[in-house]
Amino acid sequence: MSAAEIRYETTLGALPTLTGKPTHYCAGCEHGTLTRLIAAALDDLGVRERTVMVSSVGCSVLAHEYINVDAVQAPHGRAPAVLTGLKRMLPDRLVFSVQGDGDAVSIGLLELLYAANRGEPITIFLVNNAIYGMTGGQMAPTTPAGMVTTTTPHGRDIAQTGRPIDAARLVASLEGPAYVKRVFLPVRPTASPDLYNARGALEGERAVRNAFEVQQRGGFAFVEFVSTCNINWKMSILESKRYAAEVLAPLYPEGLYRDRFGVEAR
Amino acid sequence: MIDSREFLKGNEALAYGALRTGLNAYFGYPITPSSEIPETLAAEYGRSAYPEFKAFLQAASEIEAINLAIGAAAAGAKVMTATSGPGFSLKQEGISYAAAMELPILIVDVNRAGPGLGNLGPEQTDYFQATRGGGHGGYRTIVLAPGSVPEMALFPSLGFELGFRYRTPVVILADAFLGQLKEDLVFPPVAAPAFDTAWATTGARGDERHVLSSIHLEFVDQSRHSEHLREKYAEIERAEPRSSEVATDDAEVVIVAYGICARLARKAVRELRGRSVRAGLLRPVTLWPFPSQRLRELVGRGVRNLLVFELNSGQMVDDVRLAAGGRARVESFGRLGGLLPTATEVASAVEAMLR
Repeated sequence: MSAAEIRYETTLGALPTLTGKPTHYCAGCEHGTLTRLIAAALDDLGVRERTVMVSSVGCSVLAHEYINVDAVQAPHGRAPAVLTGLKRMLPDRLVFSVQGDGDAVSIGLLELLYAANRGEPITIFLVNNAIYGMTGGQMAPTTPAGMVTTTTPHGRDIAQTGRPIDAARLVASLEGPAYVKRVFLPVRPTASPDLYNARGALEGERAVRNAFEVQQRGGFAFVEFVSTCNINWKMSILESKRYAAEVLAPLYPEGLYRDRFGVEAR
Repeated sequence: MIDSREFLKGNEALAYGALRTGLNAYFGYPITPSSEIPETLAAEYGRSAYPEFKAFLQAASEIEAINLAIGAAAAGAKVMTATSGPGFSLKQEGISYAAAMELPILIVDVNRAGPGLGNLGPEQTDYFQATRGGGHGGYRTIVLAPGSVPEMALFPSLGFELGFRYRTPVVILADAFLGQLKEDLVFPPVAAPAFDTAWATTGARGDERHVLSSIHLEFVDQSRHSEHLREKYAEIERAEPRSSEVATDDAEVVIVAYGICARLARKAVRELRGRSVRAGLLRPVTLWPFPSQRLRELVGRGVRNLLVFELNSGQMVDDVRLAAGGRARVESFGRLGGLLPTATEVASAVEAMLR
């Protein structure tokens, strides 16, 4: 455990694959964490100049401002299609996108499932914070039953709006993907009120690297990061971490749903 | 593989024309009356005759198709997608993004009849959608209007040339008649020009990286980008209008028609000349930029009557009226629902206008 902590600490500070621009992400948001994990992985792989990212619509729309690689922007939900078009023309490049739950699981579900079903050699990172962040806190496809949002002011009524969608398992229901994993990214409360467990970031770091490796081996890689959105959940940062651990973690359990190349075993 | 001389449908000719100019990728969704385009390309995909044709994919939807095209275009590829009206509507969001990110994508619309599902016959009812920038946010696409099967074969080459020169999406606006019509044609030699793609996103070069994005949150940044697009469109309007003419030298009345209508109008002009009516034809080849200057010249030279013949209830007629500036009588003549008038009916409409 302590070795892992040290490894994480060594990646703090500037990275060649970060532009150094301060992010617009809110304090306590996991988007910033994931941005750093991606940049660190690209640096380790030494592929910055061979990578093209696709910016999606949502809180990750400005991710190209922070990750220092070539970038194309996709219309809302269409990142998997844009990634596919890029990859078919540039098969030796690494391509990836960070999508939100509204982007990937609502308006862009068709593009996600078809790219997954074809097993396109692309990498998609899903930030599932159970709400529409960028537009100000509306219901998402992943919003838990009963959760209050600006469009479910009395709590999400699943009789009217359906049940929350489990993206990782939905993607893994197809034969196409080579790697499907779900990671719980936020820090977790522990028995001690002042101590939080950051294992999620370490798991996330591993998953990001594995997802890129799977693409390099020609497979479709999808990682869902269960995350928080304290601003739109209308909680303090610490309350949001507690809510994520108590409500989201059981709803979206961590798991490895597909690992065709056995990259997790190393 | 085909010979240089062939007897083909317009849709097939267009597909081969694209291949012979070095098409790299095709993404599309089947829709009548455009489906011979993907079918022809699918048959040729993977054959050694067209080594530059590296990707063919039948998409899950029109929306996926245009976004696959965005990805390939961002990589600097010559990419095409083809559809008909309902699919053209679905692609508009993507075309808006492509215009904003300045991506050269060739989009073919084989216009069918009617709003909604309509029918499979020819109309020119997508004129407004194609020439006004059919999606949101204010942009234009270059719109080419072929008038024959040989031109269906030639226009992909012209489309890519203009698309890459101005870094902008280009629409080939055909109709069900041209798509399904079979004609003799002679292909020009295979020529796959390489265009400047230094802007493409293929990976950073040291500190230099390319970002193709349509989001400019600072108002001054969006203003700068939108002004840049406006200047580009003004330059296209200056430099690229194309048209052709029949018997306009001494004409007192000119029919303005494009696509299949221009063919009928040509015959109508012959009939009218046979009855000593000094009729001519102006055929816009680019619908945007519209050949307004040429029309103004004709009006300035004494053409006082303009009959705009199109398979809709009057769309291009607006552009003709704007160009004529009130100095000529402008009337609209058309058919709807997939029907075509005869050349004699077109000639009668001209004579009625002159009475």
